[in-house]
Amino acid sequence: MAGFKSTETYIASRDLEVAVNAAVALQRPLLVKGEPGTGKTVLAHEVAKALGYPLIEWHIKSTTKAQQGLYEYDAVSRLRDGQLGDPRVHDISNYIVRGKLWDAFDADQPVVLLIDEIDKADIEFPNDLLLELDRMQFFVYETRQTVVAKHRPIVIITSNNEKELPDAFLRRCFFHYIRFPDRETMERIVHAHFPNIRQDLAREALNVFFQIRGVQELKKKPATSELLDWLKLLMIEDLPAEVLRSQDPKVAIPPLYGALLKNEQDVHLFERLAFLSRRQQR
Amino acid sequence: MFATFILALREAGLPASITEYLTLLRAMKEGVAEYSVEDFYYLSRATLVKDERHLDRFDRVFGEVFKGLEPPEGDLRQALPEDWLRKLAEKLLTEEEKAAIKSAGGFEALMELLKQRLKEQKGRHQGGNKWIGTAGTSPFGAYGYNPEGVRIGQDESRHRRAVKVWDKREFRDLDDNVEIGTRNMKLALRRLRRFARQGAATELDLPDTIRATANNAGTLDLKLVPERHNAVKVLLLLDIGGSMDDHVRISEELFSAARSEFKHLEHFYFHNCPYERLWRNNRRRRESEISTFEVLRTYGPDYKLIFVGDASMSPYEIVQPGGSVEHWNEEPGTVWMNRLNGHFRRSAWLNPMPEETWGYYASIGLMRQLMEGRMFPLTLGGIEAMTRELSR
Ligand SMILES: Nc1ncnc2c1ncn2[C@@H]1O[C@H](COP(=O)(O)OP(=O)(O)OP(=O)(O)O)[C@@H](O)[C@H]1O
Ligand SMILES: [Mg+2]
Repeated sequence: MAGFKSTETYIASRDLEVAVNAAVALQRPLLVKGEPGTGKTVLAHEVAKALGYPLIEWHIKSTTKAQQGLYEYDAVSRLRDGQLGDPRVHDISNYIVRGKLWDAFDADQPVVLLIDEIDKADIEFPNDLLLELDRMQFFVYETRQTVVAKHRPIVIITSNNEKELPDAFLRRCFFHYIRFPDRETMERIVHAHFPNIRQDLAREALNVFFQIRGVQELKKKPATSELLDWLKLLMIEDLPAEVLRSQDPKVAIPPLYGALLKNEQDVHLFERLAFLSRRQQR
Repeated sequence: MFATFILALREAGLPASITEYLTLLRAMKEGVAEYSVEDFYYLSRATLVKDERHLDRFDRVFGEVFKGLEPPEGDLRQALPEDWLRKLAEKLLTEEEKAAIKSAGGFEALMELLKQRLKEQKGRHQGGNKWIGTAGTSPFGAYGYNPEGVRIGQDESRHRRAVKVWDKREFRDLDDNVEIGTRNMKLALRRLRRFARQGAATELDLPDTIRATANNAGTLDLKLVPERHNAVKVLLLLDIGGSMDDHVRISEELFSAARSEFKHLEHFYFHNCPYERLWRNNRRRRESEISTFEVLRTYGPDYKLIFVGDASMSPYEIVQPGGSVEHWNEEPGTVWMNRLNGHFRRSAWLNPMPEETWGYYASIGLMRQLMEGRMFPLTLGGIEAMTRELSR
């Protein structure tokens, strides 16, 4: 089996590769969870790239309804057209707006369908999509038409764990929990993004980064995305690695920390820690 | 063989279903995991586990079924008491033995040793639950062992021999029977938030009303949606003094972190058992005292009442007038508990003591009765069960 593997731009652990390949082979959705910024969303992009399939993205918000993924009937436009005497009004199919699932089902080649942050939606949302994802088809009442997938899309669903997902839904998915990368993996991720980064800078920056993550009291621990943003800034500023060397973040706040600490309380926490340790040293 | 595996998983409390079992077989047939045992482990994990809280339990069962790894004694549903093992190791091993284990680089060796020691100690060491929960931070790391405790020696040995992945137990922090601490606080919080967001009055859904009205060719069709505001009001009563302080701090942090999510969140303190007076501020007890009657008058029956306490005391403190350790109480704790539980429609008790030990304390049994069974352990699972109970 060919399948999905780590690429130059995306570092996938073996367990993630196996999970993706299982989902592809059995044409079942893959549910991906994990801390924010651990590459859940990017995964769908990478899978699409690896398989050479187009990607269709459906980003879920708290107000998103399952039906919107299938289609919507734009009654308001129709009412307006009716009042204006537009002849289009007689054909109801003019007012059927396709959703992302429809697009995915109707594509002439298999696609990767990303349903991003499914837990943002109403608790009923996943259940409302069960049948459609299972059978890969649905019925349009207004036009009495059945939409059947020409090719079963590869469905990747991400969740930040804000809501519990229903069991019936879970039984149909493969599941992968992305663990926060260990140091070695993180080094590979950094090099994937910045192949030309100076070794010493990367090393020192990672030291500081993991030290910061080790501070238990943090409200929001910086994740991969914050680390990458921070490195980018460090490289733009062309800071020498010495600035970071053996710099315990508890002693001195790291340069350009704004990219790492997004939460005001966390910034205060570090200022306080730095203050205390300076006082102790005296 | 696979059937045994599935059964073992179900026995350990993992909800693996026939559907998933069949999926696993099909994936095997498709050759998803034909390269290695490790791939098979990953594949079965991706197929059979749907919740990160169950990953650690899965790893243990997998190791047991496929490697003949010793199951931890007792119920698999309970996590290995890590502290307990640490303390034990500190207590029972000599410096030489520790050094020997280190150079032998073996967890199995250590477990063997521990088991032997345990056998020897059994006679003398009854009522042994004394170590549990003693001084949580153990200096074990000072011996140069892996601070993971149970998995002693594994880090060093990684370079020498491959440790089976499922043996690393990397997901243990996610197990929901683990006590709430800073590490899994976030998850606990999420569960509380979910609770806070429940149930609410309805409000007019304007866009939907317009759509429905258009559908009706202009005849008004009102649509309502649940109000987005959080309707849940919570009254927290926290036990303070002595053994409870750590747990109280954690519970306070937990609830105050969720504060913005609740419509109202009020808290008061008591000592061991609530009586006629509560207080608002632990440091300034006297000035912040409030009569329990006044609390009952102030907060309506729609507040969810949550006690946090270990309920571990002399039974007199609950059933006798004057039983309180601090003052003379005219009416016994039972009367006050009944008053509180009678006034508030929903109430529950969170108990930080490990659930297995509840049976040993008469006072916990009494409190549980007074709560009509609504006592929950202070774990992720317990919080979840409590929120379910409170929102019924
Ligand atoms: N394994 C990885 N290999 C390469 N880059 C990674 C990896 N993991 C994360 N990244 C990088 O980290 C950033 C964040 O990833 P992404 O947005 O996918 O995270 P997420 O898990 O979807 O986060 P959120 O939960 O906040 O949506 C991206 O820039 C991505 O390229
Ligand atoms: Mg994302």
